[in-house]
Amino acid sequence: MRERNTALLVGIVILAIVLIWIDLPDNSGIHIHWGFINMDKDIRIHQGLDLQGGLQVLLEADVPVGTAVDSEAIDTAKVIVENRVNGLGVTEPLVQRQGERRIVVELPGIEDPELAVATIQETGLLEFVDAGHTPLAPDTKVKTDYLAGGEKGTPAEAGATTEATPVVTTTVEETPAGEATPEAGPTPTGEPAPVVYHTVIAGSGLKDAGVTVIQEAGSTLPAVSFELKEEAASVFAEHTASHTGQYLCIVLDKTIVSCPVIKTAIPNGKGVIEGRFTPAEAQSLAVKLRYGALPVPLRIETTRTVGPTLGKDSVRKSITAGAIGLSVVFLFMLTYYRFPGFLADLALAIYALFNFAIYKFGLPPLFSYVTLTLPGIAGFLLSTGMAVDANILIFERMKEELRAGRSLGAAIEAGFDRAWTSIRDSNISTIITCAILFYFGSTFGASMVKGFALTLIIGVMTSMFTAVTITRTFIRLAFDVFGGSLRDKRWLLGV
Amino acid sequence: MRHGEITMFNIIGKRYWYFLISALLIVPGLIAMIYSTVTYGAPVRLSIDFTGGSLMVIKFQQHATEDAIRGVFRSYGFTNPMVQHLGRPEDNAWQVRMGFVAVETVDKIKASLAKQIGPIDESSSTFSAVGPAVGHEVTQSATVAVAIASLLVGTFIIIAFRRVPNAFRYGVSAISAMVHDILVASGFISIMGLLFNWEVDALFLTAILTVIGFSVQDKIVVFDRIRENTPKRRGEPYETIVNRSILEVIHRSLTTQLNAMFVMIAILLFGGASIKQFIAVMLIGMVTATYSSIFNAVPVLVVWENGEMGRFFRRIFGRKAAARLGG
Repeated sequence: MRERNTALLVGIVILAIVLIWIDLPDNSGIHIHWGFINMDKDIRIHQGLDLQGGLQVLLEADVPVGTAVDSEAIDTAKVIVENRVNGLGVTEPLVQRQGERRIVVELPGIEDPELAVATIQETGLLEFVDAGHTPLAPDTKVKTDYLAGGEKGTPAEAGATTEATPVVTTTVEETPAGEATPEAGPTPTGEPAPVVYHTVIAGSGLKDAGVTVIQEAGSTLPAVSFELKEEAASVFAEHTASHTGQYLCIVLDKTIVSCPVIKTAIPNGKGVIEGRFTPAEAQSLAVKLRYGALPVPLRIETTRTVGPTLGKDSVRKSITAGAIGLSVVFLFMLTYYRFPGFLADLALAIYALFNFAIYKFGLPPLFSYVTLTLPGIAGFLLSTGMAVDANILIFERMKEELRAGRSLGAAIEAGFDRAWTSIRDSNISTIITCAILFYFGSTFGASMVKGFALTLIIGVMTSMFTAVTITRTFIRLAFDVFGGSLRDKRWLLGV
Repeated sequence: MRHGEITMFNIIGKRYWYFLISALLIVPGLIAMIYSTVTYGAPVRLSIDFTGGSLMVIKFQQHATEDAIRGVFRSYGFTNPMVQHLGRPEDNAWQVRMGFVAVETVDKIKASLAKQIGPIDESSSTFSAVGPAVGHEVTQSATVAVAIASLLVGTFIIIAFRRVPNAFRYGVSAISAMVHDILVASGFISIMGLLFNWEVDALFLTAILTVIGFSVQDKIVVFDRIRENTPKRRGEPYETIVNRSILEVIHRSLTTQLNAMFVMIAILLFGGASIKQFIAVMLIGMVTATYSSIFNAVPVLVVWENGEMGRFFRRIFGRKAAARLGG
């Protein structure tokens, strides 16, 4: 018996050392490369959006309800969105497909959520449009003969747009056959006229795009450079040669970006898009062009942005709250249950280390880390309540047995044995609750519930081990060693 | 000694007082829920998680007024935005709730707010918009979650009391005490909704479901003791057995509850703002659940076992009602 307990104690000490190592704040992870063994595992805390700040958007295929969405199209859209997100240079972005027609994007710590959303969500359909002899003002919405009818029209905007944007609406449904030259080019702010412009080249003809700068009136302005594929380049060369002196508008998602005049023929398919870009906007446009247009238009279903300061504030507050709450629990157990309470506190400390280690290390192969959120932290703190509950059940039973006149050793064993069914039942009911919460939290709009359920369930599982096995080992060994003196000092047992 | 213990803490003897206390706890909440249903169409204030819409928290770097903020939102076509001040006056933090807003529009609104009122501290501001479809889904899965929970609680109780004589009475007593807990917690959020615009979000349901899980288990612990003690002490009156059982488990109930309360109060006082309402509801629910196990579930059981139901209803509804019920 004693050997077994000593062996268990050694095991617990080793476990505690491993846990402390995992929990070290500057743990560099495991990176092993010996011959065939290749292992790379980062060990660090993953903070959720509410702690880190950032942006989360749920995009949904913008097609009429009831219309089937091509699964491949959503996958392609996901890859394009992923590429665009990577192009934004966000650290640790998350792009996930959700169900049949949705994509979730999470961008932690982003500075300009609005621009990011625009970069991700906009279809990104580039067109070079023949505007004839009249230039069109930037931001004008136009109709073109490229994929007419199949495209999303004016994006539905909730609320009112106050800026007077000249919108060119058209009732013309049929596309004019062949080369359509605009009969009447509308003046930039003039009356709307039903005109369908001809698209010379579309974004699919693009080979590459990047950010560049142009010199204008002594200052440098950001712009977007592009390069066309061979076939498109020859069409482009032909058009620029035959339409010199006319305007060729650059249109993105049916909205004019700029309308430069064709000065000379461009034979090599390389060019620069000028607009009134900020560097970030130029970057955004280049990213959209580089990865192509989305195969399905995407609509934003849900947005969440959290300012980074707010997140940091939450982290600081949670640490304070957790430290205070746990300290009070530690003190309470110590004063109320004395010596066994002290041993329970030791077990509780291991419990806290254990949980934190699981958040950082995960439980391979089930999951490789736990993303901590505010509800998640609350779940952990509440689970410590469950962990002490097991010890309270055991100690109350022990006291009862002692009062009933049992010997110390017998009371300890009876305490653990008889409390076990209550501990088991109580944990089963918590696990059932967690399962229901997990189901509820798997709905996208209630995802923060998941964090709570996850940390709570991890807590319940580990507490079965720490509050029962570890406390029992401690108590058995302690009474083996100090048994004689404890028999005389009953106050130490809180009786 | 043992006898003295029981006369000293005769918990069951004052059972009709507890029913009165519970009634006093529930009735204000019920009134709030009825008032809220009549005025706003729902017993509690539902958040955008369920209804869809947008919620914006803006932190200005200088003083702002409600009217000025409302004015800016009106100019964007939001006829009736809910504008509310958050935290201390010097925080200059405001919360605005309105219909679903596209991100591009948010950008413009922020620019207008900054121009007309004062610079905004972007890094301390938040924005959420939930589309109606997502809100609908959350409502749907919340309904399913509640249904599953009720079903499982029922099953759990049936399994726990399968070998007890009069298992039905135990089950009904436990469930009625749990309904009591849910009513108190919901009543609390309804009152807070009316007074301080607290809203019911997905986390609120989490708190309620967690409380139910805790509550059912707490009731079973007490009832388990009664079941255990009943055959051991055949000679004693039922009331005495029950009282003894309560005294045996009350230590554990209270100490466990106390530890959970320490943690929750710490979060309430020092924790992150966005989970405070969630923790408050959970705290109220847990305390109520502990109270109702001892002071509701068990007394109801005693009333029933002693054949006092008739007297019980007479006391509450008067003689006629009791007569109609066959008591």
